[in-house]
Amino acid sequence: MSDFLVIDKVSKQFGALTAVDSVSLGIKKGEFFSLLGPSGCGKTTLLRMLGGFETPDSGRIYLDGKDITDLPPNQRRVHTIFQNYALFPTMTVRENIAFPLRIAKLPKAKIDESVDAMLEMIQMKAHAYKYPSQISGGQKQRVAIVRALVDNPQVLLLDEPLAALDLKLRQHMLMELDIIHDQVGITFIYVTHDQGEAMSLSDRIAVMNRGRVEQLDQPAKIYEAPISSFVAAFIGDTNFFAGEIVSAEGDYCTIRCEGFGDIQAFNDRKLAVGQSVHLSVRPEKIHVTTSAPPPEKGAGVNVYSSTVTDIIYQGVYTKFWIKSGERSVSALKPHSRFLLDQEPITWNDKVFMWWHPDDGYMIENFSESDAGLVQTPPDAPKEVSGK
Amino acid sequence: MKPSNTRKGFFAEGVLTAPSFLWLALFFAVPTLIVVSFTFHGHTPNGGVAESWSLVTWRALADPDYPSIIWRTLRISVEVTLWCILLSLPCAYAIARMDKRRRPLIAAAIMLPFWTSFVVRVFAWRTMLHPDGWLQSCYLSYLRCCEWLFNCLPAFLQHALTGLGLASPEPLDPALATALDSEVAVVLVSVYSFLPFALMPIYSAAEKFDFSLMEAARDLGANSFYAFRKIFVPCIRQGIVSAVLMVFIPAIGSYVIPQMLGGTNCVLIGNKIFMRAIQNRNIPHASALATLMAVSVLVPMALTVWWRARQKARDKKKADIGMAAQIPGATV
Ligand SMILES: Nc1ncnc2c1ncn2[C@@H]1O[C@H](COP(=O)(O)OP(=O)(O)O)[C@@H](O)[C@H]1O
Ligand SMILES: [Mg+2]
Repeated sequence: MSDFLVIDKVSKQFGALTAVDSVSLGIKKGEFFSLLGPSGCGKTTLLRMLGGFETPDSGRIYLDGKDITDLPPNQRRVHTIFQNYALFPTMTVRENIAFPLRIAKLPKAKIDESVDAMLEMIQMKAHAYKYPSQISGGQKQRVAIVRALVDNPQVLLLDEPLAALDLKLRQHMLMELDIIHDQVGITFIYVTHDQGEAMSLSDRIAVMNRGRVEQLDQPAKIYEAPISSFVAAFIGDTNFFAGEIVSAEGDYCTIRCEGFGDIQAFNDRKLAVGQSVHLSVRPEKIHVTTSAPPPEKGAGVNVYSSTVTDIIYQGVYTKFWIKSGERSVSALKPHSRFLLDQEPITWNDKVFMWWHPDDGYMIENFSESDAGLVQTPPDAPKEVSGK
Repeated sequence: MKPSNTRKGFFAEGVLTAPSFLWLALFFAVPTLIVVSFTFHGHTPNGGVAESWSLVTWRALADPDYPSIIWRTLRISVEVTLWCILLSLPCAYAIARMDKRRRPLIAAAIMLPFWTSFVVRVFAWRTMLHPDGWLQSCYLSYLRCCEWLFNCLPAFLQHALTGLGLASPEPLDPALATALDSEVAVVLVSVYSFLPFALMPIYSAAEKFDFSLMEAARDLGANSFYAFRKIFVPCIRQGIVSAVLMVFIPAIGSYVIPQMLGGTNCVLIGNKIFMRAIQNRNIPHASALATLMAVSVLVPMALTVWWRARQKARDKKKADIGMAAQIPGATV
């Protein structure tokens, strides 16, 4: 299937700042597509160009085969859900939802029918004659969504639609959005800086950084096989190990890591001996035990005896900072009675940390600046230099 | 319970509002009542108010000139108000969209005319509207267009417009059609004078307007003008209402502008009141005219308020029915 919405080398400049830098994306019809990236990376700007509120400095945008780059917003069948909902305060819920249909000059009976169907879908018939100031945040959100869906647009753009809601409501709306997307089958483009939201909803995610798309893939691929140190560090948390390949046989290679030791890793890119590489190992893949792992579990590789330097209780998980050689490594351990190792681990315990060679992922594009995104062990309280 | 319902709250509120209440009673309500009571007396030759109660003053109001003067005053006030609002809306919109740092500058520019005397500014218009000036030639071209348009209309519309005093069937005479000393001059200069009073409340409402709503409307398919009418204007209606009051009320009572620029062709009720009070030294008659004018403004206003309240009650009922429909077994 060819792409429904094509973004072709689109750039946008604000003065000296390049907000969107030659972004190319192809989005399929009916897809739930997410743009994920830190604040200020150009997500909103890209979305505004899709909505028609900004014109790209260069590049074209095609929707269903038609060039829409220069069309004004009211001539695109693309609707936006704004972060502040943008409900019209002087109109009731009903009038708000009917707004796009009234512009299309549909007959009154037809408008009423469509609006009723929408109110039914979000279970807000009882609130039809209320004004936006009289309904709750979650309800406003729902009204904004159906107002944008009522005239059956080709694409729905959502710019951090849940950012203003509290955690429980956000989780609930997330589910509801998923259901609505399944019901209407319209292409959704969802902008967020929250990886959890993007992971749980999207068919595909484009991770953006400094105006560029770093990686475009399915959520699991983005998480398990990050293409760059930015993606690895921005999505979840990780440990980076820098080193040099000292041996490579078959699918695996050994990386000598200064100040830590030798690490065995899956060599999917078939790198040769002598190459310097960066390995990313996610904290939850690292096991922490008081006794050495049984050989069949860890196969005797990537086992390091180390010392616990810090323990941070996080509810579902406990985070351990462990030191091996000169390296501090973070590891996450879920709470469960059925774990291998039931003795409690405390500060300064001698422990073993180990992980399977397949659980390390070699990063193709590494930049030192991204290493700063990774969590570092909490320092001992610094002495405040008094004035 | 609201504080005002408790004894202590009522007392506190009473003490706090008493000064302004007294002020209003003393300098607004009482004078109004005095003016109204004057109308039920005759006048004395030396400019006083007669002792005895009588209806002579009201009987003397049966002057055949008055209905047309009142009608002209109302018509001109409405025209001036409409023009002021129509001009203020796009201006306020444009200023509110401007860079935040430049807005105070523009606001200051709007207030700038107030640094010069009102009478001097109005007098300056006499020079600008001089029959040899370019404004006069603009006005003539405008009249020619109007005449041509009028002649294109069907006969019944021509009669209707003539009957309302909005047009005259006679052909245009350039010698007589001077802008100066005519209704046009009065409307023009009134709009010029009152525009800041309309612009200020509308602008301060527009400044609080959330312009992302305009984007939302555009996004949902509205063109800019539709969004302006259906979103911007309703959202700043409070400002528009204040602007209407700020312009309409002084326009009704205006007398300096028609006096200086209207000549004998545009005598308004304000001029008549002035004439009766100062030249004829007939205070009761002037009071009766003022009362008449106030009534002719207050009655339509009261009707509007009543109509709006009824509309609101209807909306509310509709909402209640909508909600009741959701509850199974509920009867409406
Ligand atoms: N209208 C504008 N004028 C100048 N700079 C802008 C404008 N809009 C956005 N920017 C800048 O462009 C960059 C990207 O912004 P944005 O697209 O809003 O990021 P995001 O939505 O990912 O947080 C930011 O650095 C922002 O300051
Ligand atoms: Mg944004």
